[in-house]
Amino acid sequence: MVNLLPLFVVIPLAVAFGLPLLEKLHSPERTSEVVAVAATGALCAGALLLLNSGAGTYWVGGWAPTVAIGISLVADGLAKLLLCLVSLVSLAAAVFAVSYMERYTSRPLFYALFFLMVAGMNGVVLAGDLFNLYVFMEVAAIASYALVAFGCGRDELEASLKYLVVSALASTLILFGIGIVYSLTGTLNMAQVGARAPALHANPAVTLAAAFFLMGFGLKTAMVPFHAWLPDAHPSAPAPISALLSGVYIKACGAYVLLRLVFSVLGASPLVAHALIVLGAASMLVGVLLAVGQWDLKRLLAYSSISQMGYVVLAVGVGAEVLARGGPKAVASLAVFGGLFHLVNHATFKSLLFLCSGSIEYATGTRQLRELGGLSRTLPLTSGCCRIGALSIAGVPPFNGFWSKLIIVIAVVQAGHWALGALCVLVSFLTLLTYVKVQRYALQGPAPAALARAREAPWPMALALVVLAIACVGGGLLLPLYQGALVQPARDVVLDGLRYAQWALGGQG
Amino acid sequence: MGLQALPYLMAMLLFVIGVYAIVAKKNIIKVIIGLMITEYAINLFLVLVGYRVNGIAPILTPDLAQAEFARRTVDPIPQALVLTSIVIGLGLLALMVAIAIRLYEKYGTFDTTEIKHLRG
Repeated sequence: MVNLLPLFVVIPLAVAFGLPLLEKLHSPERTSEVVAVAATGALCAGALLLLNSGAGTYWVGGWAPTVAIGISLVADGLAKLLLCLVSLVSLAAAVFAVSYMERYTSRPLFYALFFLMVAGMNGVVLAGDLFNLYVFMEVAAIASYALVAFGCGRDELEASLKYLVVSALASTLILFGIGIVYSLTGTLNMAQVGARAPALHANPAVTLAAAFFLMGFGLKTAMVPFHAWLPDAHPSAPAPISALLSGVYIKACGAYVLLRLVFSVLGASPLVAHALIVLGAASMLVGVLLAVGQWDLKRLLAYSSISQMGYVVLAVGVGAEVLARGGPKAVASLAVFGGLFHLVNHATFKSLLFLCSGSIEYATGTRQLRELGGLSRTLPLTSGCCRIGALSIAGVPPFNGFWSKLIIVIAVVQAGHWALGALCVLVSFLTLLTYVKVQRYALQGPAPAALARAREAPWPMALALVVLAIACVGGGLLLPLYQGALVQPARDVVLDGLRYAQWALGGQG
Repeated sequence: MGLQALPYLMAMLLFVIGVYAIVAKKNIIKVIIGLMITEYAINLFLVLVGYRVNGIAPILTPDLAQAEFARRTVDPIPQALVLTSIVIGLGLLALMVAIAIRLYEKYGTFDTTEIKHLRG
């Protein structure tokens, strides 16, 4: 099973470079769509297969693990969780794009960038050493800059440049942090750094490196006050890419790496934990307050992403804080579980909502809430899926968002942070308000005359919506069935940072 | 302190100059140059991390004993990192300049105070 790991990077890279070549060979129409859906489907099947096998490490090129000088790909619980999410959302986005991208020219190039981004995200998730993580992050990032600018209009270009400058600065900060870690420990392998880091805790340079990582990944995850680029960049991309960026990119290249660095590599320190709590709480509140006032549907969704990622970072920060002060492990474990579960749920309902916004824009030609209305009659399927996504994100039982928010609130209160627990509930209420606004203006009310002839989207788009809507409903109802396979192994990896070091170097887990 | 802190200080100085250009300059081209300066600050830092006084190139020749080699050679890993980082920087620069040119075609200016259609 371990030998499958390189394929998660190799397949998307091969497709990315093969598709433009295929186009040059004058292949029949729609070849690129067929190849794209087949490749994402294969990756999804591979990720599910991997889920059932044990954790493992693959050493690229067969370099002996004794000195850990080679490049390793590590699939532990956390990596597998993220791999599943990336595969599922990219499959839905690829199916959706089959119809949605008809309005754009040069679709093979679109899919080439799409797969470059998927390859980068899979690489980040699997990378066992810090520098490869950085390289894959840059691969995904450069593809995402180009995809944001794909429409080549005024807004797209402006958003892309803004995003590019901010995100490139974040990458530079991260590389600075990696350099500091290397100069302190003499190794880049994350497991080795993790084994050597406890001896360095008194060293102020570790704090400096942690500060650079927090700034860099804070920028990549769009935590307030580093958030200004996201509401421009995510809505400007074509809808499948918005779903991929908001659904998994900010998690794979932001929150996931932050988690891994804080828990497995540098070790949870009180300072970092408090910084995470402050960043998370600020993002939750500011994100949702800005979201309520938006009239552009996609912009509203983008601001709400900031707020929802705040929940994840807050929960993880509380877990780290409890661990760092030597509090009860059960509380830390519950907080981290809640954070990871919310991360999974956010990937499903936010990509669903972004795809719905794409479907609405495809049918009506606008995404301004004031110009929409009555879509529940003209677009019954899209608005049904949109409702499911909105109920999930607002935390209405029994949808998946309710359970993860409930777990986060319980964990935060058990950790003794009453005020933060209250804040979580307040933000959840404001989120509900935000999505009631979407329902009220887009789905209900009289249909404007211009929209009377709006027709339901073609079947590939509907299929993608339905699959993600089922994931949202199933995620809430079937939680006991899959949490043991998906979320709990990831939580165990996060909490047992030291065990990661032992088995990632030892070969098999 | 002393010599040990020097790489940190030098790279930091260059980095801050780059960040100043990104934050304070209105011209997109100058912002791009600022970004490249920050990138080279990191490259300089990485090379300095592997630096050793009177070091030799990290190539093991037959006339060199292994112990002698290990004692005198500079660290090759940061050099490999810098090479990779330069290549990534080149890709980034090409994309940035391409987007800047397209922006100039749309707006007829490189001034960021005039290119602000998106807000709110």
